[in-house]
Amino acid sequence: MTALPYLDGNMLDGPLGEVFAVDLSTATARCAHCGTPGPMAGLRVYPHAPGLVGRCPTCVEVMVRLVRAPDRAWLDLRGATFLQFPMPLDQPR
Amino acid sequence: MGIVTPGFQGRPRVEAPDLPPGQYLTPDFPVLSAGPTPRVPRDQWEFVISTETGTEHRWSWDEMMALPQEAPTVDIHCVTRWSKLGTTWRGVSLDTLLDGVDTAADYALTHSYGGYTTNLPLADLRDGQAWLVHTYGGDDLPAEHGGPARLLVPHLYFWKSAKWARGIHLTVEDTPGFWETAGYHDYGDPWREQRYQGD
Ligand SMILES: [Zn+2]
Repeated sequence: MTALPYLDGNMLDGPLGEVFAVDLSTATARCAHCGTPGPMAGLRVYPHAPGLVGRCPTCVEVMVRLVRAPDRAWLDLRGATFLQFPMPLDQPR
Repeated sequence: MGIVTPGFQGRPRVEAPDLPPGQYLTPDFPVLSAGPTPRVPRDQWEFVISTETGTEHRWSWDEMMALPQEAPTVDIHCVTRWSKLGTTWRGVSLDTLLDGVDTAADYALTHSYGGYTTNLPLADLRDGQAWLVHTYGGDDLPAEHGGPARLLVPHLYFWKSAKWARGIHLTVEDTPGFWETAGYHDYGDPWREQRYQGD
């Protein structure tokens, strides 16, 4: 029996890009379970399920769930304590 | 019903199956999983039903296998739109497991090795509607399909049939599970196409 493959977090760019205006491919997320911060691209994404499930590469707990209905989407981030995004430098006036 | 023509040369015609709305028929058994596949040795496996008062009823593998066994043949319907007809299983009816469990609970939250959960009304586990199954198509249930043992609740979408079942919490209040907290329907009746919240 072979283990189901998981994909790396880069595959989330398209599905999450539908929801977010910012580019999540360069974001950092911190695992709510083990506390490890890491790039979103480093998540282990299990796509063969009723939704996308992104798991922490360190402790394998769920950090992100994205369910896409034809007319709605649900994003559950309770497994992540923060998302950090690079932003354009806020220049003083 | 179709007309049977004895002696007709060629493959017998298969009636178009009566599927729930929005479903298609597959001869395969797709593997769906929200995480790594747990590997639970049978000598470490146990199944626990806990009630709203905290009383626990436990079965080891051997104790579960010593209970009366049933062999349901059922159609299964996955919310990802595939249906599979006439699947054959072997396991213990939830009526048998719940016999002697004193409870006033209305809801059940199934929990699994690996952390998965899914909820349903307790009434949907009774009256010959649900089993704890360990055999599929005559063979031991493979780990990728939920072995050593999974729940089988075929009248609801298949995400309610928790793989790698470890136990059931009986509760007074409804407690939404893994997919039910992420947009999927609380009940999940395929014949009413209850896929997402609000359907
Ligand atoms: Zn973690």
